[in-house]
Amino acid sequence: MRAPVTERDDRTAGAAAAGAAAEAGEAGRDAAAQTAPAGQAAVDERATRFIDVRGLEKTFSGNGAPVQALRGLDLTVVEGSFLGVMGQSGSGKSTFLSILGGLSHPTAGSIGVDGIDLYKLPGERLADFRREYLGFVFQSFNLVPYLTALENVMLPLTVKRMPGAEKRERAESVLDHVGLADRAGHLPGKLSGGEQERAAIARALVNEPPLILADEPTGALDSETTVEIMDLFARLNGEGMTIVMVTHNPEIKRYFDRTIVLRDGRLDCELPACAAETPL
Amino acid sequence: MRLRTIAFSNLWRRKARAAFLVAGILIGVGTVVALLSLTESMTGQAQATMQTYGANIVVAPDGKDVGLSYGGMSIGGVSVGDKVLSQADLERIESIPARSAISVLAPELVGAVTAKGQRLLLMGADPAAEFKLKNWWSVDTGRPPANGHEVVAGAAAAKALHLQMGDYVTIRGRRFTVTGLLRETGGQDDQLLIADLGAVQRILGKPGQLTLIQVAAKYGVTPVDEVVRQLDAALPQAKVTAMQEVVKSRLHAVDQFKGFSYAIVGVVIAIEALVVFITMMGSVNERTHEIGVFRAIGFRRVHITRLILLEAVVASLLAGVLGYVAGMAVTYAVLPAVAKEAQVAWMPLLAVAAIALAVVTGGLASLYPALHAGKMDPTEALRAL
Repeated sequence: MRAPVTERDDRTAGAAAAGAAAEAGEAGRDAAAQTAPAGQAAVDERATRFIDVRGLEKTFSGNGAPVQALRGLDLTVVEGSFLGVMGQSGSGKSTFLSILGGLSHPTAGSIGVDGIDLYKLPGERLADFRREYLGFVFQSFNLVPYLTALENVMLPLTVKRMPGAEKRERAESVLDHVGLADRAGHLPGKLSGGEQERAAIARALVNEPPLILADEPTGALDSETTVEIMDLFARLNGEGMTIVMVTHNPEIKRYFDRTIVLRDGRLDCELPACAAETPL
Repeated sequence: MRLRTIAFSNLWRRKARAAFLVAGILIGVGTVVALLSLTESMTGQAQATMQTYGANIVVAPDGKDVGLSYGGMSIGGVSVGDKVLSQADLERIESIPARSAISVLAPELVGAVTAKGQRLLLMGADPAAEFKLKNWWSVDTGRPPANGHEVVAGAAAAKALHLQMGDYVTIRGRRFTVTGLLRETGGQDDQLLIADLGAVQRILGKPGQLTLIQVAAKYGVTPVDEVVRQLDAALPQAKVTAMQEVVKSRLHAVDQFKGFSYAIVGVVIAIEALVVFITMMGSVNERTHEIGVFRAIGFRRVHITRLILLEAVVASLLAGVLGYVAGMAVTYAVLPAVAKEAQVAWMPLLAVAAIALAVVTGGLASLYPALHAGKMDPTEALRAL
């Protein structure tokens, strides 16, 4: 499923051709094309800093007093890791995820994914980035109710130029991968919560993105289904996919190979180093 | 899967909203089609009447009026009473300077008679001139009367008297042979028995008298107004009416109706656009969350805008076709009531224009909602994220 690290330059080059290449990524790729040891070092550097967050700030200024949701967050994530983001309500988890997902511009700081400085991408290339690099899994599934499970999975491919048969084939393959092949023709309303979650995951995977962002994906599921879904995420991570998951549920932290805790818009601590009294 | 799959699926899922959208455009387009085809049909009828009758002129005694329909069009009154026309008036007409502009001169004498116990109208006429002038007369079987003992029966008269070709009918003691049956005209001519003028004058006891004289003036020889003026001068006791004036006034009325129709069309299009705008804005606002999902998974703004416009255009296209059919159906239903003899004017261009109107109006009215949808902030749209 996952684009291996060694293929990452191909993906970047392809995305660039499609209008999604990052200006910031060019220097890194140029450097990588130099001598073999130097090139390998550049690749290792990018893999180590697959997600590179520096001084991230976000202030919401509505009608009332401005609210500082993020206050200078710094973070790096290695490619292929399974990162859990925890913290109390209002700690900035969802804001961080929406900025990482290219949905909301930060007030200050920068955020890089695979060497691409997201908020330096011109115009609608951020949308291209979301399509080519990210797979979103939302808490409430967010499946389109009038499209079948298969059509929902095909949704990100709708605006891609590829033969219809190939789109269908790829969506069917992903549905099969998440164990939902036999429910492909059903509308979301006819699926159970776990099946809807699987369909949502399949939709996130269909473009073979290197990064999956999941916002409370088990929030609406019972404990048995939660285990099934988390097993699926673990399997995908095992295949090399980088996953960032926001959750309130301490039961699932055992699946993460790294867990950070946010508090008041800052990185408070990292498990297991957090103090026992740190609220999750 | 393409954008159109999503558009079709959404329209199908939100049937009530889609039906409301289609109905809004359909009513607008249907009204426009009905108004335009009605005015076109009425104009066509008035113009056809002009072509058919040319500058026909009716000479009637100037006196107490009774209504008379001529070729399905009211031409004012025909006098009855003391003043009558005579053979001498025919000679006066023959003597006007513009005589060469007159192609047909058809004197008529009409009177009520009883035959087989039924009251009906007997018309005395010069059959050759009468049939030439009234070219809508058609003898289904037989021929026009050739002598004073022959008669042609109008459709209603033949039915009332149970007349067939070759039958005899006795009027005031004179026996006539039915030599022809007029095809139904839908007018007063259906009530007539038509016979030779001299014979009818004798039967009615009005030798040398005429009820009216119909005159066909050639186009382009002498202005019709001049012919009318000369006839007026030659026949001071008669009333001379040019059919052209009647037709012209009908055309003028149709023109006024046409202008009014265009104004209505403008208002209808504006209302239609408003209905589309409100419906599409409602649809976009209702789908805020869904649009947020589309944006989050990589749809560009232009994709969202295109999707909304596509839905509007699909609905408009359907509404355009249905609206044209509905409009023409209304025309068929209404036209007989507003213009009895008019034929529905089929205009292929109107079909194309109706569909184009629906699509353009639907598209333009949906432009702002579509752009608004494209500009939606995905975070705002998703809220949760």
